[in-house]
Amino acid sequence: MRAGTQCAIVGSAETEVGKLPGRSALQLRLEAAVKAIEDAGLDKHRIDGLVARQPMRNPQSNYSGLMSERLGIEPSYTTDISLSGAGSASMVLSAVSAIQAGICTTVLCVGGDAATAYRGQPSRGRLASEGEDFRSPFGADGAPVMYALAAQRHMYEYGTKSEQFGAVAVACRRHASLNPNAQMRTPITIQDHQSSKFIVEPFRLLDCSLVSDGAGAIIVTTAERAQDLPQPPVQALGMGNACRFSEMTYNVPITTTAAPDAARRAFRMAGVDAADVDFAELYDCFTPVVVMTLEDYGFCGKGEGGAFVESGRIELGGELPVNTHGGLLSQAHIGGMLHITEAVTQLRHQAGERQVDGARVGVVSGQCGELGIHVTLVLGADGR
Amino acid sequence: MKAAPRRPLPQVSDIETKPFWEGCARGEILLQRCLDCSAVRHPPSPICSGCLSSRLEWVPASGNATVYSFVVVHRAFHAAFEEDVPYVVAIVELEEGPHMLSNVVEVPPESVEIGMPLRVCFDCVSDEVTLPKFKPA
Ligand SMILES: [Zn+2]
Repeated sequence: MRAGTQCAIVGSAETEVGKLPGRSALQLRLEAAVKAIEDAGLDKHRIDGLVARQPMRNPQSNYSGLMSERLGIEPSYTTDISLSGAGSASMVLSAVSAIQAGICTTVLCVGGDAATAYRGQPSRGRLASEGEDFRSPFGADGAPVMYALAAQRHMYEYGTKSEQFGAVAVACRRHASLNPNAQMRTPITIQDHQSSKFIVEPFRLLDCSLVSDGAGAIIVTTAERAQDLPQPPVQALGMGNACRFSEMTYNVPITTTAAPDAARRAFRMAGVDAADVDFAELYDCFTPVVVMTLEDYGFCGKGEGGAFVESGRIELGGELPVNTHGGLLSQAHIGGMLHITEAVTQLRHQAGERQVDGARVGVVSGQCGELGIHVTLVLGADGR
Repeated sequence: MKAAPRRPLPQVSDIETKPFWEGCARGEILLQRCLDCSAVRHPPSPICSGCLSSRLEWVPASGNATVYSFVVVHRAFHAAFEEDVPYVVAIVELEEGPHMLSNVVEVPPESVEIGMPLRVCFDCVSDEVTLPKFKPA
């Protein structure tokens, strides 16, 4: 990172994921937090910053305060991040910003939901979004609708095929089959994708991410402090954020996300370009988001994402392994938190069977606002 | 027998959007036009996002549009729409420029395509609420 204090991720943890009846979001988040503190080899009182993602269901007015109290710590920096699918990656921006401003030194970032456990249970509310009056009366509720509109337009403008979206699903499932902490581990084929039922056409079931319970946590501190800690530090080399819009309906084009600006900013800060990237953990709420993000990051030309994901190019052993943990599509949907923990695992070279050989630089993406808001992280192995 | 779940309806008394829904009830789509820079916009907002003026007037749209993108919903995410599947949700491009989310009706879903010319039609769903929908022109 060019400006300010160099920061690193020194602790990382995931809970088990899947359908975990009887477990609450708070319980899962606290478990992840405690494991991350242990992983970092830190006394809990050295955590002086806490950033919490706002859960989608049962949001709280101050989740970071609640987490701090239950962990028995009194941080000098607390904040809650909403931003839906961009929220996890955005927590790292928040943590690094607070450290560089001198407000705190060591920040715990935590996210997680009890999404399946919540079904049928009374809710204290949910995070609403602006403009629902112009969507819900038309039967347009449910995340697949907006993303499918973008996918349809991508198919129209660039000739992208459903089978190419299927290649993303196949790659993620293959990677999840190598990940002991994944919800869906049975490999699938393009044919399985093509014969899965339509949800919101052009989306088939296997274009859609999972509904999951689970949590993840990471700890960010200065690179200097990281030197005294047990785990190989993972350097926060670059970060970028971009906001084009919050509602897809009213904006054009809808086949380009906010990623070009976010990635350009993050790559410039890190002093790398797409060719330097060894693997990518890309937010994959639906398969075409991976296709568009690959284009918008410059891994291929605009409109060439469909061809790029074919022939195993984004699988382990391929040109650019993507979502080495299985992603939201096959590992679990924990709001992108596990894209970060997986990048940390890869850059520590602790990924076992699914390790990317010689991984030095990885990117993580988060996005929300119906493709309009994007966060990019460029992370690097120790000693780069 | 279980009562059918109620369909979500817009809050037609919402301070920003009330004139829009009143227009629909009269059979017209109203758009906001900026009195300072002439930009025409949707959805309704307190200010022009181009020049930041708050001097906006309501102007009727022609009701002509085209399909910008569309999807066919096979699995309804709100129980009230289960009886409608498969149905079409589309981003439509109004002749005046702004886009809207709506349904394309009175046509089999497999016949809908991007660029298809549309004409507005109004679906009166309650005493207070009328929704603007579109059918092939
Ligand atoms: Zn104006």
